[in-house]
Amino acid sequence: MGFALEAAVHARRFDVALSMGDGETLAVLGPNGAGKSTLLALAAGLLRADTGSAELDGRSLFGPRSFLPPHRRGVCLLPQEPLLFPHLSVLDNVAFAPRSAGESRAASRASARGWLAEVEASELADKRPGELSGGQAQRVAVARALAARPSLLLLDEPLASIDAAAAPGLRRMLRRVLAERNAVIVTHDLLDALILADTVTVLEEGRVAEAGSTQSVVERPRSSFAAGLAGLNFVPGTSVPSGLVDAAGRRLEAVSENPLPAGVSAAAVFSPRSVSVFPAAPAGSPRNVLRVSVTDLEPHGEFVTVRAGHLSAEISTSAAAELDLVPGSEVWFTVKATAVTLYPL
Amino acid sequence: MTGTRPLTAPERVRRPRVGFSGLPPWLFLVAALGALFILLPLAAVVTRVDWARFPELVTSESSLAALKLSLTTSAAATALCVVAGTPMALVLARSAFPGQQVLRALVLLPLVLPPVVGGIALLYTFGRQGLLGGTLRALGVEIAFSTTAVVLAQTFVALPFLVLSLEGALRSAGGRYEAVAATLGASPTTVLRRVTIPLVLPGLLSGAVLSFARALGEFGATLTFAGSLQGVTRTLPLEIYLQRETDPDAAVALSLVLVAVAVLVVGLAHRSSAPAVR
Repeated sequence: MGFALEAAVHARRFDVALSMGDGETLAVLGPNGAGKSTLLALAAGLLRADTGSAELDGRSLFGPRSFLPPHRRGVCLLPQEPLLFPHLSVLDNVAFAPRSAGESRAASRASARGWLAEVEASELADKRPGELSGGQAQRVAVARALAARPSLLLLDEPLASIDAAAAPGLRRMLRRVLAERNAVIVTHDLLDALILADTVTVLEEGRVAEAGSTQSVVERPRSSFAAGLAGLNFVPGTSVPSGLVDAAGRRLEAVSENPLPAGVSAAAVFSPRSVSVFPAAPAGSPRNVLRVSVTDLEPHGEFVTVRAGHLSAEISTSAAAELDLVPGSEVWFTVKATAVTLYPL
Repeated sequence: MTGTRPLTAPERVRRPRVGFSGLPPWLFLVAALGALFILLPLAAVVTRVDWARFPELVTSESSLAALKLSLTTSAAATALCVVAGTPMALVLARSAFPGQQVLRALVLLPLVLPPVVGGIALLYTFGRQGLLGGTLRALGVEIAFSTTAVVLAQTFVALPFLVLSLEGALRSAGGRYEAVAATLGASPTTVLRRVTIPLVLPGLLSGAVLSFARALGEFGATLTFAGSLQGVTRTLPLEIYLQRETDPDAAVALSLVLVAVAVLVVGLAHRSSAPAVR
């Protein structure tokens, strides 16, 4: 039961295998071009895989010699833009799937009203799609998808085109309707993954970079992308006694729950808030000291994020002003060994 | 379509009333000359109309017969264009197969072919001695020099207009709505009926109107394939050509009628092609 897919599309350098249990929601994260949309298109039947197969609730969606067309899959795609049919009213948009399944006009409209109520959009029934705001249109699109009673719901960045004010309400609604449903949600936003998904798969360059429960991916990212989403500094390397050495030969002292044997592949993770910034190498410090070149400064409120390549530090605005930081400044990042978590990759 | 206005953004894009045009001033002069080239001959026709005899000229028996024949055959040809052209436009716009480019070029051939050549081609296809002549005769059907021949000649020259116009509309609409509809469980036929056709309806209408206009003006293929029999195959353009020899005033009056119909049709096409839904 649930959903499992394993497929390769050579032209897109896509080769991914993933699975999820019945009633689960899987969040797919990854940078642009990582293959997230390809994954959804394969599951929906809008793209054919070169090799591979997929199963949903024990039914084969496609295999080496079979291919179920999109309208027979019970897999419903919610694209990033709502794409409501502009020539139909909101009610008839939601009634589209039941009507296509052969229900009478009256019956399909009755069930459409039910689904509109489910997404808290009953009052929009008689409007035209062109009259809706982005958030309203996305709600209606969700109702339209639910009305198809899909076995699997695919959501492609459902909150990306929604203005910030409407997003929390929509996210709450999605959390409710996705709770007991099979769903795959592509997102850029870790918050969406945390709130909506049970498990997370991170794609990078058409491959699965990491997969696991949302909690574990946030706390112990195994890819720099996931670490970046979680807002953590991520230094992969090789373990040495009481720390690791990264590819550039820099040594980081760290604490690890279970001491690691030397010479294994490991990652050191620490929060930007635990990093201090100094204009010169601090003498006799028990801390880790990394010489870096500032690439970017991002002010937000009372804090400034100082980026230096893959690493970042979050310091107060006044401290940043005192240091007179500009992109290109040579500074020293320091972090206590106790603030660095080490785990095997 | 109802009176509700869908999206306002594309409308703003289409009619930039204010703002920077970026065009050099001399371009307007050349454009005006081009417009004059089209408008001046039309004005010339209007100045030559004998208004006193106009009602009598355009309501003569032969004129009315020609006008009625033109309108009915053009309507029939337009219907044939829609029925035959819509699937062709869909196949050309939405599928991919080897030889597609060649097929598209061939389908559009009547657009550049001299209509007389089209008439000869039709004659050697459906005529008594033609490719299908024997088969048709066995079925008891005779096409050449009949009203049916007029409709076929008009369809032959008008079909590319519908295909071109609809294919353009289909391409610019893209297939994203269709993909969503399919994942909502709609079969390909349902998607075509409930999504694709309604979405490109403006393009289909403007294509149909253009086809109608082309059919209305058809002369060469009709004369070659259908002849010029009053009330049977003598359409308005043929009548005008004939009257020019005997009664130039009648020819001018009927020309004005054809111009009026053409202006009406182009106006309709422009209106129906404007509110494309995105």
